Amino acid sequence: MELMSTSWPWYVAGPIIGLMVPALLLLTGKAFGISSSLKHTCAATLPTKAEYFQYDWRASGLWNLVFVAGILIGGVLAVQVFGGGGPTGISDATQTDLRALGLTDFSGLVPPELFSWSALSTPAGFVAIVLGGFLVGFGARYAGGCTSGHAIMGLASLQLPSLIAVIGFFIGGLTTTYLLLPLIL
Amino acid sequence: MPTSTQTQSADQPALRTSDVFIYLVMGIFFGVVLILSEVVSWFRIQEMFRFQSFHMYGIIGSAVAVAAVSIQLLKRMNATTIRGEPIKIKDKPWNKGTNQLIGGTVFGLGWGLLGACPGPIYALIGAGITPVIVGLLAALLGALTYGHLKPNLPH
Repeated sequence: MELMSTSWPWYVAGPIIGLMVPALLLLTGKAFGISSSLKHTCAATLPTKAEYFQYDWRASGLWNLVFVAGILIGGVLAVQVFGGGGPTGISDATQTDLRALGLTDFSGLVPPELFSWSALSTPAGFVAIVLGGFLVGFGARYAGGCTSGHAIMGLASLQLPSLIAVIGFFIGGLTTTYLLLPLIL
Repeated sequence: MPTSTQTQSADQPALRTSDVFIYLVMGIFFGVVLILSEVVSWFRIQEMFRFQSFHMYGIIGSAVAVAAVSIQLLKRMNATTIRGEPIKIKDKPWNKGTNQLIGGTVFGLGWGLLGACPGPIYALIGAGITPVIVGLLAALLGALTYGHLKPNLPH
């Protein structure tokens, strides 16, 4: 099965993403970061009394919610207009490893064995989507940032807390890859 | 619920209309790049954690390099925003690094499972991978849970 990936190369995508940082700073003075949108959404929609959510979300977070709404629209355009979302051009080694775990369909951005509505009710799909999502939200807010706020913005502005967080990202990610995934798949 | 009008002057809304346009366009642009470079792909995240391709390291590494050089330039030039406001980059809060290490590890566990960090979650939903909506709701529940447990967690 020959599946052609049309992925943009790293040396095009990476610098473009990097330029988002000065663009945001120059245009509006905001620091690049996405996971705070989770906090703002909770503060905006839920009647919670926790001190963490008692702040003026409109003043500090509305921009972030507009930004992530844009990312969602960008996802629509990338697939519907620019033909993205096809087979991922991963290495043969990764395909071999994943086949050994029972994941054999590489025709999209995600493995359908885990990311489909029918898979959601299987133990593996539930763990990947629900537990995975929960840990992403909990961990990002606990760490004070995610890949954008810590790995890109934080490392680029030479912040030690961000380096510690990124080390944590990899401790967790490697644990999932080599211990958790073989357990659930 | 604190009223937002008390903390802002009447002539300054929470978000200017022109700013809404800027954030929306930048978000759309970012979403398109995330999909077309396959950063949102669960498979790419696996490939990264298995050290089997340079793709993700190249993207994150070159993004950090470009952003770092840009920030240094902005600082040396004492650059201001297009409205003439000073550009301030706040330091991340630092105690002993406990919350970054534990929180970061928890985040990493989830990143490996879901194969998406917060930005790609939104992009994947837009791309039509609708089960990820459940992942976003779970992430919101995670943030909500953290907000409630925060006073009892080591930081």
